[in-house]
Amino acid sequence: MFRFIVRRLLQLIPTLFGLSILLFIWLRRLPGGPETAILGERGTPEMRAAIRRNLGLDEPILVQYGRFMRRMLQLDLGTSISTKREVTTEFLQRFPGTVELTVMAMVIAIGVGIPLGYLAARRRGRFLDHASVAGSLIGICIPVFFLAYVLKAIFAESLGWFPSSGRQDPTIEATRVTNFFVLDGLLTREWDAAADAIWHLVLPGIALASIPLAIIVRITRASVLEVLGEDFVRTAEAKGLTESTVRRRHVLRNAMLPVATSIGLLTGGLLSGAVLTETVFAFSGIGAFVADSISQRDYPVLMGFIMIIAVMYVLVNLLVDVSYSIIDPRVRVR
Amino acid sequence: MALLEVDDLSVTFARRGQRTVHAVDGVSFSVDAGEVVGLVGESGCGKSVTSLAIMGLLPKQPGLRVGGKAVFDGTDLLQLDDRSRRDIRGRDIAMIFQDPLSSLNPVIPIGLQVTEVLTRHRGMKGEAAAKEAAELLDRVGIPDPRRRLKEYPHQLSGGMRQRALIAMAVACRPRLLIADEPTTALDVTIQAQILELLKELVRDSGTALVMITHDLGVVAGMCDTINVLYAGRVVETARRRPLFAAPRHPYTVGLLGSIPRLDSGRGERLTPIPGSVRDLLPWPDGCAFAPRCTRRVDDCVGAPPELVLAHDDRSYRCVNPAPVPGREPDSAFAPQTGAVAAGASDAAAPAEAASREEESA
Repeated sequence: MFRFIVRRLLQLIPTLFGLSILLFIWLRRLPGGPETAILGERGTPEMRAAIRRNLGLDEPILVQYGRFMRRMLQLDLGTSISTKREVTTEFLQRFPGTVELTVMAMVIAIGVGIPLGYLAARRRGRFLDHASVAGSLIGICIPVFFLAYVLKAIFAESLGWFPSSGRQDPTIEATRVTNFFVLDGLLTREWDAAADAIWHLVLPGIALASIPLAIIVRITRASVLEVLGEDFVRTAEAKGLTESTVRRRHVLRNAMLPVATSIGLLTGGLLSGAVLTETVFAFSGIGAFVADSISQRDYPVLMGFIMIIAVMYVLVNLLVDVSYSIIDPRVRVR
Repeated sequence: MALLEVDDLSVTFARRGQRTVHAVDGVSFSVDAGEVVGLVGESGCGKSVTSLAIMGLLPKQPGLRVGGKAVFDGTDLLQLDDRSRRDIRGRDIAMIFQDPLSSLNPVIPIGLQVTEVLTRHRGMKGEAAAKEAAELLDRVGIPDPRRRLKEYPHQLSGGMRQRALIAMAVACRPRLLIADEPTTALDVTIQAQILELLKELVRDSGTALVMITHDLGVVAGMCDTINVLYAGRVVETARRRPLFAAPRHPYTVGLLGSIPRLDSGRGERLTPIPGSVRDLLPWPDGCAFAPRCTRRVDDCVGAPPELVLAHDDRSYRCVNPAPVPGREPDSAFAPQTGAVAAGASDAAAPAEAASREEESA
């Protein structure tokens, strides 16, 4: 198991290396550059050239890449062109919000999706089944930002049950340790701050969870239906085990394998896809920052963002593979 | 009184827009304490459905109807609610299935799959349950049981898996064990070992055994009483010796005739039963075996044959049974005109006759 994890982590190196080359070339082939973003239409060719020189963009691309790699090896992602601050600093401040939001969305998607998918399978062909299948179709089809607006309009603005924006109520004086607001609240034992941070995560979490929730419901349902027809479930029934034992030990555990795979893939997607939801709820995550960076051609920020997403994606899927081998002894890793 | 008395059991699957399927149609048989009873028949004759219906394990689906009675020790199993059924299953009546690999849960260790029965029905937990489980594995002939308890089904050989399943089944010393084709998925040498083990277990513990099989060789070596099933009905019931010595129902005769024998002459051909097992859908009046029967007479079509009770505890449903050697054929059922004589060379004749008949009808 340990060797497997190490091997997978080592595989990360060539992956990131290849990705960085591709990105470097692609980003620089985008029409326009940071100088256009800064100067707009007004700039003279001389001013543009000065900015490019200043940023080191006039050097051959190989030299630029070499410089990037050298810094990267020291975990230095450079300086943002638009904010003039260290990219690492920017990320440390903004990424935690997105990660918290993603975790919240996955907790909702898994916590609701698996039981719902299971019940739909057990009540196959009845109302709950049809409702969940139809509901999941709607969940996949509704654009996330639209759902986000609707949720905000109803539950935050009309009913006032949840806060409509931000990550924390400004009247709460919370101590910042990691910038993960929920974690900070727990670490400093400021329970009200932690609860408030969770409260702020609910609506954006639901909006973001809609698509993964729908997918998890469907996969769970299909998987449970398949397992219910397996011989070993009949054996378990023949042993006279209680229904709950049969369900937990024999049906759900076997049905979880395909669900675990999809959870890994979905989480990676959420991390990078939280932009719209964050915008609607004025949630200070990484989303808006990265979106701005694209129009600003803020190369260091974009490079850093995508590299970090890639690392997280690999880590989440490594986690899935490890959990897979815990669920199913037949795929025990060596 | 018998331990299990199955009376007029019927299982039908009704589907909207389709004809109702009578998978089991009035099956009756009984099992005494400690007795080994065989249910024999081709694939699709309803033997597995019979056992699943008794256990209450038929997959729940709309249109499924189970009728009749299955009285176990004074209680009609078919009338029990789900909870009481779960109490009986695994404790008083246990079951062994055909394919040991797919019948074991692939993701939990063998040990837990044994101890969960002990926990459920005997309230054993922790070390006591583990100790008992190891003893059970030892009793069914699994070497190094302590180690095996921690292993998963894919780490065991086919024979070991079936032994493990048997250990789970006998964990609570049930009074009745139902074995549904327990050796079909195994090698021939392993088959013999498993049958030997089952024989030993029922002899030592006084457990009654219902052996479901298509293999007459299995039946010959184990069963006290044999019920031959055809198209969802019991067509002949007899003790082992008389059945093998003098089968009365032409289907039983056919089954025995299709067993390869080592002492038959070189190049001699087997005698298959012509045709295939009848589709259970269109149910004509009369004997279901008639279209394939070598002893068919006019009386075979019309009404389903009545159960004929004969001497030494045997019974059959046939209007023109095969004669017992050395005994005069029953005069009432002497072959009538139109009957086809039994014989290898004529094997194809009745099938042709049947198809001609269908054309003219």
